[in-house]
Amino acid sequence: MAIVRIAPAVNGYFAAGILPAKEVAMSNYVIEAENLTKRFGDFTAVNEISFHVEKGEIFGFLGANGAGKTTAMRMLCGLSIPSSGKATIAGFDVYKQTESIKQNIGYMSQKFSLYEDLTVLENITFFGGIYGLSRKEIAVKADQLLHELGLFDHENTLVGSLPLGWKQKLAFSVAIFHEPSIVFLDEPTGGVDPVTRRQFWDLIYKASDAGITVFVTTHYMDEAEYCNRISMMVDGEIKALDTPENLKKQFNARSMDDVFFELARGAKRSGD
Amino acid sequence: MKTLSFLLQKEFKQIFRNPTLLRLIIAVPIIQLMILPLAADYEIKNINLAVVDVDKSRYSEELIQKITASGYFVNIGTTTSFDEAFSWIEEDKADLILEIPENFERNLIRENKERLFMAINAINGVKANMGGAYLGQIIQSYNAEVRMEWIPDTKVPPMPTISISSLNWFNPSLNYDFFMVPGILVFLVTMVGTYMTALNIVKEKEVGTIEQINVTPIKKLHFTLAKLIPFLVIGIFVFTLGLFIVARLVYGIVPAGNIGMIYAYLFLYLISVLGVGLLLSNYSQTQQQAMSLAFFFVMIFLLMGGLFTSIDAMPLWAKWIAYLNPVSYFIDFMRLVVMKGSTFADVKHHFMVICGFAVFFNTWAVISYKKTS
Amino acid sequence: MKQFLSFIKKEFYHVFRDTKSLLLLFGLPIAQIVLFGFALTNEIKNTSIAIYDQAHDPASRSISEQFAQSPQFNLVKNIRNQDEIEAVFKAGEAKLVVVFPPNFEQDIQHENKAEVQLIADASDPNTANTLTVYASNIIMDYQKELMLTTTIPISIQTDMRFLYNPELKGAPNFVPGVMALILTLISVLMTSVSIVREKENGTMEILLVSPFNPLMVIISKAVPYLVLSLANVTMILLLSVFLLEMPINGSIVLLYAESTLLILTALSLGLLISNITNSQQVAMIVSLMGMLLPTLLFSGFMFPIENMPLPLQLISNLVPAKWYYIIIKDIMIKGVGFMSIWKETLILTSMTAFLLTMSLKKFNIRLAK
Repeated sequence: MAIVRIAPAVNGYFAAGILPAKEVAMSNYVIEAENLTKRFGDFTAVNEISFHVEKGEIFGFLGANGAGKTTAMRMLCGLSIPSSGKATIAGFDVYKQTESIKQNIGYMSQKFSLYEDLTVLENITFFGGIYGLSRKEIAVKADQLLHELGLFDHENTLVGSLPLGWKQKLAFSVAIFHEPSIVFLDEPTGGVDPVTRRQFWDLIYKASDAGITVFVTTHYMDEAEYCNRISMMVDGEIKALDTPENLKKQFNARSMDDVFFELARGAKRSGD
Repeated sequence: MKTLSFLLQKEFKQIFRNPTLLRLIIAVPIIQLMILPLAADYEIKNINLAVVDVDKSRYSEELIQKITASGYFVNIGTTTSFDEAFSWIEEDKADLILEIPENFERNLIRENKERLFMAINAINGVKANMGGAYLGQIIQSYNAEVRMEWIPDTKVPPMPTISISSLNWFNPSLNYDFFMVPGILVFLVTMVGTYMTALNIVKEKEVGTIEQINVTPIKKLHFTLAKLIPFLVIGIFVFTLGLFIVARLVYGIVPAGNIGMIYAYLFLYLISVLGVGLLLSNYSQTQQQAMSLAFFFVMIFLLMGGLFTSIDAMPLWAKWIAYLNPVSYFIDFMRLVVMKGSTFADVKHHFMVICGFAVFFNTWAVISYKKTS
Repeated sequence: MKQFLSFIKKEFYHVFRDTKSLLLLFGLPIAQIVLFGFALTNEIKNTSIAIYDQAHDPASRSISEQFAQSPQFNLVKNIRNQDEIEAVFKAGEAKLVVVFPPNFEQDIQHENKAEVQLIADASDPNTANTLTVYASNIIMDYQKELMLTTTIPISIQTDMRFLYNPELKGAPNFVPGVMALILTLISVLMTSVSIVREKENGTMEILLVSPFNPLMVIISKAVPYLVLSLANVTMILLLSVFLLEMPINGSIVLLYAESTLLILTALSLGLLISNITNSQQVAMIVSLMGMLLPTLLFSGFMFPIENMPLPLQLISNLVPAKWYYIIIKDIMIKGVGFMSIWKETLILTSMTAFLLTMSLKKFNIRLAK
């Protein structure tokens, strides 16, 4: 397992020879999707989407409710097997190597997913442990993490009794605790106040600086501006993909709100 | 192994963090074990008898006296009208009517024979049959007394008599606690194990934390083991309390067989029923579904386990269900080892079957747990 | 009223949209009735026995033959020495051993008296008892055959009539019992869990802040389960009549009315449990683990209540299923009218009233906080 973890991308060059060189060295992309599709019966939730995400990039994944964002993300995380198309995550195939993918990613879902009946420290220890970190490593890193988050006095507080904003920041920190090459964030800032959201994005930038690729879905258009590149999903398809600047130019819009509105008003599916 | 230790740490922490639940799953079985076996006495006694005595003779009175003195019957009333006695049956006051016809005494002596009439509420067929048999025996013995009165002095009985002596081995006083306590204990431990494992994983599904687990590289086997071991420990704990505290101190039951062997069997047994719980949770999306399923199977475990009704008497297809029921093997095992002191050679078959169940259910549970849909 | 109806409608959507749960709630109880209706009986059938025949003469062989042919017994082994008896019991091969003494027939013919020994495995005392009586009957029958040749002076004969169930089947006793058991447990379970679930998810708070009597909120949650349970009753009755060949001798309307009453009692009990618990797991443990065995044992269809120690007899009065079991037996099998069961009906009604009052009180306290 250790071999797999160092290999793909952490320090920006590839440890050729440890992994099959061909598979990884092909490109500098950590996420590659080609014609990725997911059907549930007659319903096509995600329809032939193709895109690449570079290492260290903050990639925004936007779309209205029901556009297919979460389904797409679940396929990339190895939680759901695609109906057709191709995709690799950190060089691993989404059909056959789901467990290797899981070793190399972090994930934070829109439904808050730490254990509310465990304390802050217990949650950190647990998730660190199941990614194969030793108790010693965990202790050192947890200490550091609690200081950074300002949660040091709260290591023995039950997560259920923390304010939402703290929970979200903690969940993110836990998701990248094992230093994955990619972290997937599914609407991470839902329901938190603007100040906390700002702090949350600071954490994201920090992770990105450390070389972790960030794949994030969001509803907030101001957050979209923070991304390096964004894709807009409408009715299961990617309708636009570029940097925020270029998109605004392309749609002659002053803000991302306008871009979103322009694209989304043609949508047939909406709401949950 | 290292991952497993982290998982187990988490499971135990969560269990101990919910003291209400923990107290319930330990106290409920123990309290029930202290009370319920006393309610499971099937010995036929206290049969409510209504007498329709039209004769009102010395004989009829003697007979009624003898019946009441037997201890099996409670005379709830004597009347001269069969209809009145029948209404007592309808109202559930009486179980059995004995009608002594007019001129019973006279006809018995003059004509050398007379008939008595019995009507028995047979909704519970066995109770009716047993009641009828007891009453028949008392009447026969009264008959012999009367005969002796008229035809005394017979060294050799006037007719061939086969006397029956009955012995009750392993439990001469027919103490039903000895049978019920180990059986009910087994069942209570089964309930704790099946319900708790079935609900535990589904709760993670409902709350959403399972998604976070599924996106980690955790091994299915490790996850399953981590869900299984805590309830294995609790199951063994409850069983130990039941066997050494309640069964020994309250009911005075000391296992006749090898304790180590009982625990070896308990271990295998718990693994199988916990496996069933895991399976149920894998096939449920909500706790309500898991619980409906668990309720269904636990009822079958209980009622088709041979504790309350005999498996021998079931139709063939139902016997097969009983053979596929782990509970029936454990109840039988307990009866053999605790009461009769059977040895490993006697229960080898029980061990083989339970090993099979353990492997089967848990393999299925591990396979059917899907991290990726 | 219109609001109330729309609330009930919403609850119906909840219950009926989740087809999997619905299938379980509706299908499983029915499967249980069929299964237990056929399989459960306290009759003695095919019980394994062994014979230790030291006589090997025509009389002992003739009785052995009777045992072998009886539907109650299944002769599995002929034992050759005393020690084997214990071995047979320890291996669980037989539950009864019949022992004929040497010179059995000679004793009968010359001394008019012989003894047969019945050794029962009393580790299951209830069965041991019944087996001994049944085995004695077989031996007595043989004795009667012997006596046919001689006339016996002064003999009392008995005519026995079995009322309601002349074939002594298990179903008339067990079907009403299983009905009482399953209806009670399912109803308690469904209500307690569905309400606690809303508490757990936090949706209960939303309902309670709506401009709407909280009592109505709770009642509307119980209505779908009442309907569902009545549907269950219908299926169960159809199955008992057509599959288990159990007649309904009394009034069907009365049967439904009483069933509705029991369901209401159980729903109120579920309501109370949901009010005093905060998580689905606790509610389930209370209503399943806490209630299954007591309901089974104290309803009286498995073990006679009059055999229990007095304190337990008193406890049994608190179990709704006990009263329903009496009622349903009376209506279905005895075919009696309301006048015979008004007392039981009154008890169930008061239980319901009491449970409802209790849970409303608890509920109001919670609201006041």
